[in-house]
Amino acid sequence: MKIKSNAFLIAISAVILGIIAGGLLMLAIGSNPFEGFYYLFRGSLMNMERIGNTLATAITLMLVGLSVAFAFKTGLFNIGASGQMLIGGLCATLVAHHVFIPRPLYLVVLIGAAFLGGALWGVVPGLLKAKFNVHEVVATIMMNWIAYWSIYYFVPAYLKGPSLETESKSIALEQTLRSPWLTELFGRGYMNLGIFIAIIAVLAIKFILDKTTLGFELKAVGSNRFCAEYAGIKVNRNVVISMMIAGGLAGLAGVTYYAGYSRNMQIGVLPQMGFDGIAVALLGASNPVGVFFSGLFFGMLQSGKGFMNAMTEVPPEIADTIIATIIYFTATSVLFSRFWDKVGRNRRDRADRRNETASQAEEVHHEQK
Amino acid sequence: MVGTERMNHVIEMLHIRKEFPGIVANDDITLQVEKGEIHAILGENGAGKSTLMSILFGLYHADRGTIKVRGKEVHIASPNDATDLGIGMVHQHFQLVQNFTVTENIILGMEGGFVLDRRSAGKKIKALSEQYGLSINPDSVIEDITVGMQQRVEILKMLYRDAEILIFDEPTAVLTPQEIEELMHIMRNMVKEGKSVILITHKLDEIKAVADRCSIIRRGKLIDVVDVATTSQAKMASMMVGRPVNFKVVKEQVSTGDIMLEVQNLGVSNAKKLPAVKNFSLTVRSGEIVGIAGVDGNGQTELVEAITGLRQVDSGKILLQGKDLTHASIRDRNESGLGHIPEDRQKRGLVMTSSLGANMIIKEYYRTPFSKHGILQEEIIDKHAQDICDAFDVRSGEGIHSHAGKLSGGNQQKAIVGREMWLEPDVIIAVQPTRGLDVGAIEYIHKRLVEHRNKGKAVLLVSFELDEIFNLADRIAVMNSGELIDVVETKQTNEEEIGLMMAGVRSKEVAR
Repeated sequence: MKIKSNAFLIAISAVILGIIAGGLLMLAIGSNPFEGFYYLFRGSLMNMERIGNTLATAITLMLVGLSVAFAFKTGLFNIGASGQMLIGGLCATLVAHHVFIPRPLYLVVLIGAAFLGGALWGVVPGLLKAKFNVHEVVATIMMNWIAYWSIYYFVPAYLKGPSLETESKSIALEQTLRSPWLTELFGRGYMNLGIFIAIIAVLAIKFILDKTTLGFELKAVGSNRFCAEYAGIKVNRNVVISMMIAGGLAGLAGVTYYAGYSRNMQIGVLPQMGFDGIAVALLGASNPVGVFFSGLFFGMLQSGKGFMNAMTEVPPEIADTIIATIIYFTATSVLFSRFWDKVGRNRRDRADRRNETASQAEEVHHEQK
Repeated sequence: MVGTERMNHVIEMLHIRKEFPGIVANDDITLQVEKGEIHAILGENGAGKSTLMSILFGLYHADRGTIKVRGKEVHIASPNDATDLGIGMVHQHFQLVQNFTVTENIILGMEGGFVLDRRSAGKKIKALSEQYGLSINPDSVIEDITVGMQQRVEILKMLYRDAEILIFDEPTAVLTPQEIEELMHIMRNMVKEGKSVILITHKLDEIKAVADRCSIIRRGKLIDVVDVATTSQAKMASMMVGRPVNFKVVKEQVSTGDIMLEVQNLGVSNAKKLPAVKNFSLTVRSGEIVGIAGVDGNGQTELVEAITGLRQVDSGKILLQGKDLTHASIRDRNESGLGHIPEDRQKRGLVMTSSLGANMIIKEYYRTPFSKHGILQEEIIDKHAQDICDAFDVRSGEGIHSHAGKLSGGNQQKAIVGREMWLEPDVIIAVQPTRGLDVGAIEYIHKRLVEHRNKGKAVLLVSFELDEIFNLADRIAVMNSGELIDVVETKQTNEEEIGLMMAGVRSKEVAR
């Protein structure tokens, strides 16, 4: 419990410092920071449509963040979420164009295909690590480029749109994650059923990590593989499973992005969100619930920055700068935890002294009696 | 001497208090070291000795209290400040660059100008080495010299920096009996030359051998400062632990039974793919403790790793109660009744960043009652951990929810021993089970191992401390460069003979 509140304080400190740094930058370029932030948050929360779009952005960030966080928990650095997203998105797009079955069943197939695609892209680095000790950072980066060029080939060859060579044909609305009632509720924006995927994934991952033997094994391997090995846990098997689940989660991010937020895939684009997920996971302290909220926050920054730019002189890059600053402060979180420890200690000391004085006073009182 | 120089305190730490979350490591401790004395600090693991010395050396900062050096109040913010004040520390883990020479290591960090002047540095080192009887060759490369020699390089490092006050943190933990003897001699030489020595230890015979006075710390509090010459070991031990201590393990005769563990013609390679264990055969019967004696690095680690499944076997067989486990998985071995108290508790024994509760089920989490259908049963897990902590006297700041890394070394070890014993394995392999522990914890763990034997189980004990082997083992197997030199009955041998065998001399008169 104590550790959790500490992580929370660190995250909040990082966010506040990031915002202050952003404000200083706005001042430096001669803009009014209060105005800048006003429009930044107004841009992401002004009306139901904007809120819906912010959520739609946040959904993908949460799932990618969850993918990175899950790998982190098991001692792995998944830098390949972009590629896993692409393959998840590709599988979903193929299903969307070719499978026509009743909607509830269809959604299961659509989401399952995306998960499996991402999982496949995660399993390969996992196996390479387990069998040949290839570092997962190298392997996942390579897999990113394999995904990138696969899309480059697949989309024009099999999913060509009517006019453009560089993107796939749009998925019919009823074959996406969009849902009429959500679209209505959120003023015809990009909001989609992905929000439920994200919530379920957050809860499922939390459950797996906290309550199951699988999570126990994964965490043991992640925290101390030598001890795990000693205890009879199959280290390599867990590395593969972990990368598979992490990849699957990024695949889910792919379906929410390519068949929810947007409706087609472009060639020659490695989604930036795959890397933003690292920031989301860091700020969320690799805790599934933390990732949920940090995903929301980054979603707000992402979707509000355009409006801020339109309404003020502040360039949208300021939002990215804030994100970068927050990552920086989260990464140097040791400083914060020291600071908060000290605050806590001073408070305790003061309390101690108060108690001492009180008890002394009491003694004196007794003696006088 | 105590009377005349009473006022001549070279170090004074007054009313030091240092708190860590959930624990007060130092509670109003006062330490006064006189010039030219060897002052021992005695305390159990986790009593606060290391914290106190880390404060003196500038690694931690006291919450309250003052430090005076040669009568002047000082603020020590970092080890550099300590060095400037003439305080030097020999750490338990040496801080040497393996492929540098002795001279290079010693001048590291104070090279002076742009061009290295190895020659004059070497001369100074040679002179110091002779003055204090260290017999160090300044041109040797660190990786070629023994652990004992490396420690002397650490000592020379301090002398080279003109340290007047030398702190030794558990200096004998890594030394052979002969090397310990030599270190004691070196300490006496230092005091003769006017230096002061602070010796942190929990080994009473060492204190008795060299120290003048001894400050005893228990649970963060200073218990007493005693004159070593006039205080018995038993008295000091009871002050340290807070109750009377038995040094000798009481071991009644138990008749041995069936063969529990059998190792046949085992061959194992080390990490460099060189043979580390050669044609090794050994049996351990129920109701006996077999001790493996030998100098560190003679194949003991590889032997244990092979038996426990952490390392591949090249040739030979491993049988547990007749069942062939040579190529079995680690889990199979665990389930077949093999327990293992690992050599390195930090690396293998515990997940430091996990709770004590999780660590206590790390071999059993997948079984009922700890999990059902893949779901962990928290209440049962917590109760299990609490039971082990109660039964094995594991103390921690936040109970079973403490991270294993927050526990003191002794409590970590007790937790591991507790976890392994709780499984009631038929054969337990205990490697250095009491390394770095204090007498209280050692006594406790020894008692538990003997109890295990008395229950008709088998214990294979690997230790680099002959005292421990002689105290516990019914039979002693001596290992030298991967080979079994001989197995002898403990009652029919002595330390001298075993010492010779450890050096590779096969005894002729002792027939198997």
